[in-house]
Amino acid sequence: MKTDTVISAKDLSLTFQTGDGPVHALKDVTLDIAKGDFVSFIGPSGCGKTTLLRAMADLEHPTSGTMTVNGTTAEEARRARAYGYVFQAAGLYPWRTIAGNISLPLEIMGYDKAEQARRIQRVLELVELEGFEKKYPWQLSGGMQQRASIARALAFDADLLLMDEPFGALDEIVRDHLNEQLLKLWERTNKTICFVTHSIPEAVYLSTRIVVMSPRPGRISDVIESPLPRERPLDIRDSPEFIEVAHRVRDGLRAGHSDDV
Amino acid sequence: MRQATLPILTVVAAIFALWYLGAVWLNSDWAYDKAVRLDKDLTFSEMVIDTWSQDKPKLPAPHQVAAELWDTTIDKRITSKRSLVYHSWITLSSTLLGFVLGTGLGIALAIGIVYNRTMDMSVMPWVIASQTIPILALAPMIIVVLNAIGISGLLPKAIISMYLSFFPVVVGMVKGLRSPDNMQLDQMRTWNASPTQTFWRLRLPSSMPYLFTSLKVGMAASLVGAIVGELPTGAVAGLGARLLAGSYYGQTIQIWSALIMAAVLAALLVATIGMVQRATLKRMGLS
Ligand SMILES: Nc1ncnc2c1ncn2[C@@H]1O[C@H](COP(=O)(O)OP(=O)(O)OP(=O)(O)O)[C@@H](O)[C@H]1O
Ligand SMILES: [Mg+2]
Repeated sequence: MKTDTVISAKDLSLTFQTGDGPVHALKDVTLDIAKGDFVSFIGPSGCGKTTLLRAMADLEHPTSGTMTVNGTTAEEARRARAYGYVFQAAGLYPWRTIAGNISLPLEIMGYDKAEQARRIQRVLELVELEGFEKKYPWQLSGGMQQRASIARALAFDADLLLMDEPFGALDEIVRDHLNEQLLKLWERTNKTICFVTHSIPEAVYLSTRIVVMSPRPGRISDVIESPLPRERPLDIRDSPEFIEVAHRVRDGLRAGHSDDV
Repeated sequence: MRQATLPILTVVAAIFALWYLGAVWLNSDWAYDKAVRLDKDLTFSEMVIDTWSQDKPKLPAPHQVAAELWDTTIDKRITSKRSLVYHSWITLSSTLLGFVLGTGLGIALAIGIVYNRTMDMSVMPWVIASQTIPILALAPMIIVVLNAIGISGLLPKAIISMYLSFFPVVVGMVKGLRSPDNMQLDQMRTWNASPTQTFWRLRLPSSMPYLFTSLKVGMAASLVGAIVGELPTGAVAGLGARLLAGSYYGQTIQIWSALIMAAVLAALLVATIGMVQRATLKRMGLS
């Protein structure tokens, strides 16, 4: 394990005991994620992407193998508030304003009022929602709500951001825009991001590494290092390099599928 | 609003018509009896008028009840023992005290049930069992036992109200405190929030719609409790006492006006909660 490794999973397996027998959500997953990486997880539904992310967040407990986050166990990392987690649904509280929603984790972590206000301003700027602090969630569009929820995950300065299909419910145009913003944000803050998605273009556009997973049992079938530069305008998606990486991802997905027919 | 007025008026008119007809039907025996004793012949219209103006009718006509209500609320000083406002106040005060106690007990039990596995398994069956005992059987015992240890007056009645009103609050609040979904609870976990923080910031606000619904049911139950509490005690004041005294002396008009007063009281109390509910939930963005 190198010193700049943020997440390290070793022979990680996770089995759910359900009414109709065990479900092997993850089997022998080994993966290192370095500081500053933008890692996308892609694979067919049910291949364990969410489960892997939740294991990093100490929301699921591995059946065997080890998971370390910042060199400690996942639980210690969670207690140290080492990561911000963005769920698929924005999950803002309707009875709190946008500022109130962002201050929620800050209150819980015991920041004082002045510090809360300062941080709210800063993260609202990062997600380009300045001026919306007094609005209620229902006054915002779906895309803006999701940005507010990202702001909330950024507010307490965790170096690691775990995102589970944060833009899955949004239309393509909004999604493109948010992807661009997310990349800028990643560059400005130098965070490590783990990002679950169903979309090949999204994964290729965003990531420095793409982890392709396959189902039954959930495992990693390919890890692709992206040759694309860190600086990525939207039209990079028409470049030959981009198309080639997308091909490799598609091949990886297909290979994962063919052996369970 | 406009469109609703006509149908409502129609229904109200129909109810009054049926009520007057019912009065004729039920009170006519007595009207004929009186006529026979006086050796008089009764025309149909004389009979009808008599059934609507007897002293102790089986079913008093609406205007008799209205006159009695007017007489005992507007015309009497409210300190008078014959003032219905005075009796309503007696009942209202134990209703409100019982409601507050019942709500407090209900919320406390719900918190225990949601946060403590042992309580979850052990308390709920007792809560449900408590409501299967007829309150009419229990009320005299509560009064007698409390009297024996020197507690009388408002509190015993309030405790009967509490006994009836805590139940809907427990059931509603358990559901309400459990209403946050897994994602919201996981979110709290990712911030390493303590159970207390999760309670105040997530569970309690999420439970508000459930709380208000339970409070409405609890308030109505509280009023029933207060009235029932006045029946077995030989209480001299309160709507329950008026009902009981009325039935001793065959004062049906008094019974009916006490009943209507109780109904009006219940409607006002529930409507008040409804108003607070609408304002609160609107402010919270939950409605
Ligand atoms: N709490 C749970 N109890 C039982 N089985 C579960 C649970 N959570 C997930 N699973 C199972 O584990 C497997 C992996 O689920 P997971 O949610 O990680 O998939 P995913 O890759 O995120 O899928 P999707 O793309 O649809 O979100 C699935 O077969 C799922 O049914
Ligand atoms: Mg998933």
